Amino acid sequence: MANEIEKIKDPGLPAHKHRKADLDPKAADRAERQVSVLFLLSGAGTALFIFAFLFVKTDTFVYLPILGTTNAHQLFLGLGMAASLFFIGMGMVHWAKTLMSDTEVIAERHEFRSSDEDRQSFVDTVKEQASTAGLGRRKLIKRSLGFAGLLAALPGVLILRDLGPLPRKALNKTNWDKGVRLVTDPGYRPIKASDLEVGAVAQVLPELPEGTERTLENIGTDAVLLIRIRPEEFQLNAERLSWTHEGIIAFSKICSHMGCAVALYEQQTKHLLCPCHQSTFDVTRAAKVIFGPAARPLPQLAITVDAEGYLVAQAPFNEPIGPSFWERSS
Amino acid sequence: MSKQKRIAGNVANYVDERTGAAAWLKKNLTKVFPDHWSFMLGEVALYSFIILLLSGTFLTFWFDPSQNEVIYHGAYAPLDGIPMTAAYQSTLHISFDVRGGLLMRQIHHWAALLFMVAIVAHLLRVFFTGAFRKPREFNWLIGVGLLTLGIVEGFLGYSLPDDLLSGTGIRIAEAIIQAIPVVGSYLAFFAFGGPFPGHVFISRIYTVHVLLIPGIILALITIHLMLVWYQKHTQYPGPGRTEKNVVGYPLMPVYMAKAGGFFFIVFGVTAFLGAVASINPIWLYGPYTPGQISAGSQPDWYMGWLDGLVRMAPPLETHAFGHTISWNILIPGLIIPGILFTGMALYPFIESWMTGDKREHHLLDRPRNNPNRTALGAMSLSFMFISLINGGNDIIATHFHLTINEIMWFTRIGLFVVPPIVFVITKRICFSLQLADRNLVLHGRETGRLVMLPHGEFVEVHEPISPEKAYTLTQHEQVPALALPDEDSNGVRNPGGLKRKIRARASQANAEQIPAVTASELHELEGGHH
Ligand code: HEM
Ligand code: FES
Repeated sequence: MANEIEKIKDPGLPAHKHRKADLDPKAADRAERQVSVLFLLSGAGTALFIFAFLFVKTDTFVYLPILGTTNAHQLFLGLGMAASLFFIGMGMVHWAKTLMSDTEVIAERHEFRSSDEDRQSFVDTVKEQASTAGLGRRKLIKRSLGFAGLLAALPGVLILRDLGPLPRKALNKTNWDKGVRLVTDPGYRPIKASDLEVGAVAQVLPELPEGTERTLENIGTDAVLLIRIRPEEFQLNAERLSWTHEGIIAFSKICSHMGCAVALYEQQTKHLLCPCHQSTFDVTRAAKVIFGPAARPLPQLAITVDAEGYLVAQAPFNEPIGPSFWERSS
Repeated sequence: MSKQKRIAGNVANYVDERTGAAAWLKKNLTKVFPDHWSFMLGEVALYSFIILLLSGTFLTFWFDPSQNEVIYHGAYAPLDGIPMTAAYQSTLHISFDVRGGLLMRQIHHWAALLFMVAIVAHLLRVFFTGAFRKPREFNWLIGVGLLTLGIVEGFLGYSLPDDLLSGTGIRIAEAIIQAIPVVGSYLAFFAFGGPFPGHVFISRIYTVHVLLIPGIILALITIHLMLVWYQKHTQYPGPGRTEKNVVGYPLMPVYMAKAGGFFFIVFGVTAFLGAVASINPIWLYGPYTPGQISAGSQPDWYMGWLDGLVRMAPPLETHAFGHTISWNILIPGLIIPGILFTGMALYPFIESWMTGDKREHHLLDRPRNNPNRTALGAMSLSFMFISLINGGNDIIATHFHLTINEIMWFTRIGLFVVPPIVFVITKRICFSLQLADRNLVLHGRETGRLVMLPHGEFVEVHEPISPEKAYTLTQHEQVPALALPDEDSNGVRNPGGLKRKIRARASQANAEQIPAVTASELHELEGGHH
């Protein structure tokens, strides 16, 4: 560069400054004592660790300011371990800083680029090897090798096939069906409309046939929230209104965004809120999304009562519950 | 002493006769390492990884990665009789029955947080000082890989205990997989062995968490360090330091003692945190069930920005031809992170394309001396920071009496408005720091001492700075913009089209600098004084 000559000159590495301990043997002795004190503190930490491990019961609690009530066993174990390690480290660093040579050393760098001859001979070698193998001339070999190579990757993918079943229609299915009773979760008791006061919420699941085990997968698709408000507060079309019963409305509890449990119900505003990303659904308007990243309302379950007065589903959900997926048609 | 020496000599002889190591060691034990606090950030990352290996191995002795249902009857009374998975039960067992178990769990989790903090801080150091430039681009790429793997590893780690909080995180991960067009539901079913949550996911991610990813991380760290060793460390500019040398301390014994000691210090600090600072108290959350959720669900901090982006995404979905595309998940969950990480990985190549600089660099930049790069970095950081704010929107809302709605709009708009502003401001700040350097070299340091001139005016006495300091403040190169003519030699206008235009513009932006003081300027001024 043109202005290189104009740059302020490098005065070179400043003269080495000696530390106290380099010049004064007394200071050096003092540093040595400091280092040993640090190592001894580490020993004390180890002793605390052993003591806590052997003699402090795992269910002893102590009250400490700031920390509050804490498990004494794990606290003292931890403090002992921390001291044992920390002070060894401090000792070593202090030793290095005060007593080991601190004269700066200069080492030269070398360029990484190989010499031109080396590079040329490398290229020649590669070329020669390629030509011995006939890569240049034998097109057919090259192409069929590429073809076989690509093909050989397939088994690597295929062999993973048995990781799980194909989804088929599984994402569209729940255990809700016409006439299936709503049962409480927990408890699995059928409920009547009168069990739910205005303003109340309940989590329900479909009653399963006797002897069927309820799995977490079932809960992940079947969980439904029942909410009771005053019927005149609904702003629903005739069809959706007919899916409610005496002010009781039922929605899938699995968020239409990413599947978290939509667990918070605000009685005043009649909003359902998903704590994961705060999607908010208006209960009075068929769980329309009024805030947040969810793009669809929570699916509504049509409910009614059976001959004995228990709440039942009128029909299965008319759309898949939970987060979207490619095959979802609406 | 003599006996010690004899034994040492015998050992050395034994090893060397079998490996020929002496020649290599002679050269490398005196390897020089420059010293600077910011060079310890990478070390912290390395040490916390070792702590993770040790504490994690301890946890594997009791942790049972199984989703089989069990009924809890352990030391923690509030959950007595509750059905849960064996994974959750064994984590409770580690926390309440195994001596030192809770301590190890907390050390493991704190070390994971520290690992990620250290990686990010190290990456920022490398970025802002330009340490990624030729010949160190490979190590930059490896670093980006380590960061990515660290994020995934940490997420899988806190998903293992199968508590209500971690299960919710898995649920969200499943939704992201399921949202991938065409193959999403297949991938989700393969990963989970059927419908969510299934019975196999924990044991599958367990293998990935304790074997696959740590193995890859270890291999990458090894290559990373071998390259540092071979290419020698970069150094900050200063008197006596050039592109052709390294100034520092020899590996043995000073550097080893300091580094070794520092490992124990990091381990000690992590143990202290594990002892006094409760983290991830899974017993308070309860076992996972898809029908419930713990309020205020928050991921670990290194996932927070992703969560923030997801939270602020507009509710967009396309439904067409019987198919659904969830933009509200794909854009914040896959597309934006993909762009960010690709951009980060490619930055060294982009910069060298912009500046046309293909030379080796071993002297670091002071961030102010590369205003454009520094401003780009600050801009990206502000993007991340705003996303992170929205990731904690519920916490911020309650703390600062704001509504979630206000925070969402602030961050939605801020995401587009703030980074450019930060870019401009950072660049200005760099210029004014350069100007300050310039004034310092030309006029010396303010001493705070006032003297009265004969006509009564007060002036502050300035003290000239040392030649070492003057050199440090002026040694940096100021590369002029690339000459990319509008017209080539054949008279074709705008050769290379848009690409050339962008490059010319970018190289221009990179070349904007306050000129450093030259020797002749200083000379003239000194001449004037005397
Ligand atoms: C970069 C490396 C690693 C990171 C970032 C990481 C992170 C985590 C995190 C955040 C947890 C949750 C801890 C909790 O709060 O309970 C965890 C759990 C666990 N990790 Fe790691 N880990 C790493 C490496 C390892 C290694 C190398 C092993 C084993 C060899 C391991 C074994 C475990 C086990 C068994 C658990 C579950 C036990 C429990 O949660 O109590 N981890 N990991
Ligand atoms: S999962 Fe409910 S808002 Fe995201």
